Amino acid sequence: MRILVLLKQVPDTDEVKLDPENGTMIREGVGTVINPLDLHALESAIRIKESGEHELTVVSMGPPAAEEALREAIAMGADRAVLLTDRKFAGADTWATAKTLSAMIGLEGPYDLILAGEKATDGETGQVGPETGAMLGVPVITYVSRIIEVGEDGIVVEREVEDGRETWKVPYPVLLSVTKNVNEPRLPTLKGKKKARNANIEKMGSEALGLEPSTIGLMGSPTRVVKINTPKLSRQAKLYEGSELIEGIARLKALLKPYLEVNHE
Amino acid sequence: MSEIWVIAEKRGTQIHSSTYELLGKARELAWKRGSSVALALLIQERPTEETFRNLFRGGADRVMIAVDKSFERFDFGPYIRVLKEMVSQRPPEVILAPATTSGRTYMPGLAALLGTGLTADCTGLDIEEGTGNLLQTRPAIGGNIMATIKTPKHRPQMATVRPKTFSPLGEVYRERGEIVDFPVRPELVESPARLLKFDSIGEGEKGVQDAEIIIAGGMGLRRMENMAPIYKLARMINGTVGASRKIVDSKWIGHEAQVGLSGHTVKPKIYIAAGISGAVQHIAGMQTSEFIVAINRDRNAAIFNFADIGLIGDATEILTQLVEAMELEVRK
Ligand SMILES: Cc1cc2nc3c(=O)[nH]c(=O)nc-3n(C[C@H](O)[C@H](O)[C@H](O)COP(=O)(O)OP(=O)(O)OC[C@H]3O[C@@H](n4cnc5c(N)ncnc54)[C@H](O)[C@@H]3O)c2cc1C
Ligand SMILES: Cc1cc2nc3c(=O)[nH]c(=O)nc-3n(C[C@H](O)[C@H](O)[C@H](O)COP(=O)(O)OP(=O)(O)OC[C@H]3O[C@@H](n4cnc5c(N)ncnc54)[C@H](O)[C@@H]3O)c2cc1C
Repeated sequence: MRILVLLKQVPDTDEVKLDPENGTMIREGVGTVINPLDLHALESAIRIKESGEHELTVVSMGPPAAEEALREAIAMGADRAVLLTDRKFAGADTWATAKTLSAMIGLEGPYDLILAGEKATDGETGQVGPETGAMLGVPVITYVSRIIEVGEDGIVVEREVEDGRETWKVPYPVLLSVTKNVNEPRLPTLKGKKKARNANIEKMGSEALGLEPSTIGLMGSPTRVVKINTPKLSRQAKLYEGSELIEGIARLKALLKPYLEVNHE
Repeated sequence: MSEIWVIAEKRGTQIHSSTYELLGKARELAWKRGSSVALALLIQERPTEETFRNLFRGGADRVMIAVDKSFERFDFGPYIRVLKEMVSQRPPEVILAPATTSGRTYMPGLAALLGTGLTADCTGLDIEEGTGNLLQTRPAIGGNIMATIKTPKHRPQMATVRPKTFSPLGEVYRERGEIVDFPVRPELVESPARLLKFDSIGEGEKGVQDAEIIIAGGMGLRRMENMAPIYKLARMINGTVGASRKIVDSKWIGHEAQVGLSGHTVKPKIYIAAGISGAVQHIAGMQTSEFIVAINRDRNAAIFNFADIGLIGDATEILTQLVEAMELEVRK
């Protein structure tokens, strides 16, 4: 089976501090990492790979620096890594991102199993996975919380939705997006790190992918961010401390009183 | 005349409240834009007359229904193919859907097939003066910025909207309207995916996303046993228990209760944060709550910057006192 994991490189949120003045994130000096939720997709893929004769590729669209994220994926257990990088890809919205990823998959494919994270911690749309699946014309199962069985003729997964849990069986090819509940990602091993250091990261640009400039990057993006503003986050809290605490509790009680259940025993 | 579409969200055969919230907003946009509102409903059996009436009352001029067994539970392929066909028969100017697990899945699929843009998780929608474009505002980067996004050259303009963001229409819009049956051809709903099982979470068990009141606990409770007054309070006021990631990681409570960047985004009427420090990732999930109460021992805790009222002291003690006071109230 051929397995592909879609990996995005994002700013390291662990290092992000909030500017107390205006509530924006301070991004200077912040490193980048594999999107934390994508590690769960990668872990799922590695486990499947270890269970049989499978080939595991990771792909990312991003700047040359995203090579580091791909190396980390190899250190964890991916066989090969492809970086889709080109100045013309810059400013892509989710549609143009999915277009670029699906071009690579179309060219290299078919992949039997494609895995994505639930969402990226920066753009946070969760759209790239299902858009890519639709462009490829493959079934898509999102919010996968458990991989139950990886069979010859299909995969059985559980997905968590608002009103319960569903179990689906889908034949290959299929695209899954997984949540963090699916597993605990492993850490790279020393041996893996060594392998990653010397690994060849394959690179492809728009020409290699056969993509017209009008379909990629900012030019190919139907959406435009026209304004960014920083909401004033802070509220003016009335604080109750020490002897005033009683008053604060009374206020909270008054606030909740309308919600008291009538037939409370 | 071009239309604004809302795609209905359902639970079983019932229309979910988020549908009426979107109809309310769509109605408002339609008045501004001078257009009409249509609702698309993909459902396993024909709805009752009362359901239709509620949809018209809620703001729809037209209701399009596609009835097929395969719509019992959401399945990507059938949904996006049927919606695409509906759109191609009468292309709308705008499509709105709730940002639920299904809406967040079929909307990107549909946008990909239609070759148009999609803005995720909007909390604000408006019509731009002059151009008539839809202005879509959404929080991003952990809720620290608000981005306004347009889809200037592609149609339809598509957006998903967080449930609880908008309110249903305050008055009855109309009693009757046009009902259009969309014939579902078998090849549109053919799917290789098979639903083997569905375990529903019991009725009454409200998830944090749907909660009106959330009482959330954090590491400041110090011990799992100290969650007791939180559960007690939740039972008394029909509230839902929420959590910071730290106590989820400590296995005091399941992940479904987690509020924040890697948990749920919530917008209750009242959010009580007990022993939660106010890390940016937590704030990202609860800052749009209507009223926020913070309880923390440390008067400099970041959470107080995001609260409407703050109680400084031991969280367990304060909650226990509150519960006792509430119990007196019940006995009265
Ligand atoms: C403030 C702001 C708001 C934005 N809002 C929107 C919007 O509403 N609509 C829109 O279309 N675009 C939007 N964008 C652009 C969007 O962030 C980018 O297109 C981004 O490249 C992908 O979207 P995402 O971060 O939301 O990823 P998601 O869709 O959340 O990512 C889901 C999964 O897809 C895979 N994936 C995503 N990106 C890549 C990649 N580059 N390479 C490999 N795999 C990947 C990963 O598996 C990831 O876990 C916005 C950008 C900003 C800065
Ligand atoms: C990528 C990423 C995603 C994340 N996603 C989330 C998320 O979705 N949700 C989330 O919550 N976190 C998330 N986090 C973690 C977040 O950064 C914090 O670590 C977490 O929110 C802290 O939880 P806490 O406030 O319960 O605990 P702490 O930070 O340990 O705070 C405990 C608080 O309790 C107070 N306290 C101590 N004793 C008492 C007492 N006796 N009475 C009253 N108060 C007391 C302390 O003053 C302190 O303010 C994420 C982090 C990362 C890096």
